[in-house]
Amino acid sequence: MADNKDISTVDQPVKTDTNEVVIHIKGLKKSFGEKEVLRDINLDLKRGENVVVLGRSGQGKSVTIQCIAGLLTPDDGELTVFGEDVTQMNEDELKQLRIKIGFLFQSGALYDSMTVRENLEFPLTRVLKLKDQQEIDQRVEEVLEGVGLADAADKMPSDLSGGMRKRIGLARTLIVKPEIMLYDEPTTGLDPITSREISELILNMQRKYKTSSIIITHDLECAKITADRVVVMNDGEYIAEGTYEALQASENEFVRSFFNEQK
Amino acid sequence: MAEQVIPAWKKWLEGIGEQGVFFTRFVRNIFAGGFEWSEFVRQCYEIGYKSLTLVGITSFIMGLVLILQLRPTMVDFGAESMLPRTLSIALIREIGPVITAIICAGKIASSIGAELGSMKVTEQIDAMEVSGANPVQYLVVTRIIATAFMVPLLTLIGDVIGLFGGYIAINLTDDISFYLYFQKCIASIEFVDFIPAFIKTIFFGFAIGFVGCYKGYNSNKGTESVGIAANSAVVTASLWIFVIDAIAVQVTNLLYY
Repeated sequence: MADNKDISTVDQPVKTDTNEVVIHIKGLKKSFGEKEVLRDINLDLKRGENVVVLGRSGQGKSVTIQCIAGLLTPDDGELTVFGEDVTQMNEDELKQLRIKIGFLFQSGALYDSMTVRENLEFPLTRVLKLKDQQEIDQRVEEVLEGVGLADAADKMPSDLSGGMRKRIGLARTLIVKPEIMLYDEPTTGLDPITSREISELILNMQRKYKTSSIIITHDLECAKITADRVVVMNDGEYIAEGTYEALQASENEFVRSFFNEQK
Repeated sequence: MAEQVIPAWKKWLEGIGEQGVFFTRFVRNIFAGGFEWSEFVRQCYEIGYKSLTLVGITSFIMGLVLILQLRPTMVDFGAESMLPRTLSIALIREIGPVITAIICAGKIASSIGAELGSMKVTEQIDAMEVSGANPVQYLVVTRIIATAFMVPLLTLIGDVIGLFGGYIAINLTDDISFYLYFQKCIASIEFVDFIPAFIKTIFFGFAIGFVGCYKGYNSNKGTESVGIAANSAVVTASLWIFVIDAIAVQVTNLLYY
């Protein structure tokens, strides 16, 4: 972030457990055909920190975390996770890294041919290769209780509401106990009450599992609840960063209009 | 004109390259260990058992209609007694495998294309990949092997049902016992009729599974791409069935005749 000359950084204390940087992004660029989606992204995520990326739709917020998870390959720039260059990893190395990274998709992305229980067991048996059914059941029950859906184990995803799908999606991601969580628009399409519940759940889960998180959203309420630090994105660049309260008082025109529009 | 043709050829060649990469991923994942047996069995049930009625009805009608169409000509030549032999050779060598494969291309390739396409659109495949699981092993390997395994079985069952349809058709105008009819059918079939036909159904099954998986797995992100994937899977798989059939005939002739 410090390398970006245009950025209006607000000096506010940031709450983190340590100063260890788990994700380091510098000068990240990504284009789709002629369209330059990421122009110059710079971000450091510290261990135990919740960073919220705010911005309008279609600005490439999701592209950033898809690059982190290795779903997209950036055109240029540095991108390291736990000190290892994601862009140079082969398939097996990416697979190992992904075990440490949880990714909550906008829709929850539940496997719709499986029950909730099977959805939750999938990463345990395929990724962690657990064989002990007792341990699997225990983990499933633990995460289901954690997200407040202990009685949904035998339901199909089609029987769940939007909010419930996101909770189960979160449970499926947390069941392997990742060190980093990437949230892609976790509250989009939900009513304000459910949005708040999901935001509080994210915060609670972060405290319980001690994850470091990047939360992509355009929901200010979600940002207010979950963020230790907020970065604002516009035109493929991060244009401001600081605590939620500091950005609310920012002099930057775009940041001000973004915060005022959503009031 | 050239401005339109060159990009189209370029896209076609890129498609061939992508299919080569996809095939390599498929082969590598077969031997990667941790074969998904439960998903394979589920796919065999979905692909095989659930297609049985359709294949059975179609094969029965094919056997029935073939006899009804052949009979007047055979009667003119005084060769009515050759009807079971003619039907069994036509059915076992060519019509049974091709009709079953075309039915399966319509039912299975489209269903795999639509299912994987919809999983792609709803980010389920991405979710699997990003969790560290192996979507190719779970979704692709199981489906392709199940299809390559079930299409030959469906063809065998379809052949028997088709012969039974022929028996019914003959008995509409003539009178032949069930035992005598099937004895004549089986006596007229040699290994050289059966083995190449059986082997080519394995390739038919592989083509159906591979095309369905490739089209679905590589579909674009958008609801209309699910329809495109399903449609394109049927068209491409059907085309491949005829190409494989043409090659199989040439290879069989070279080896046996």
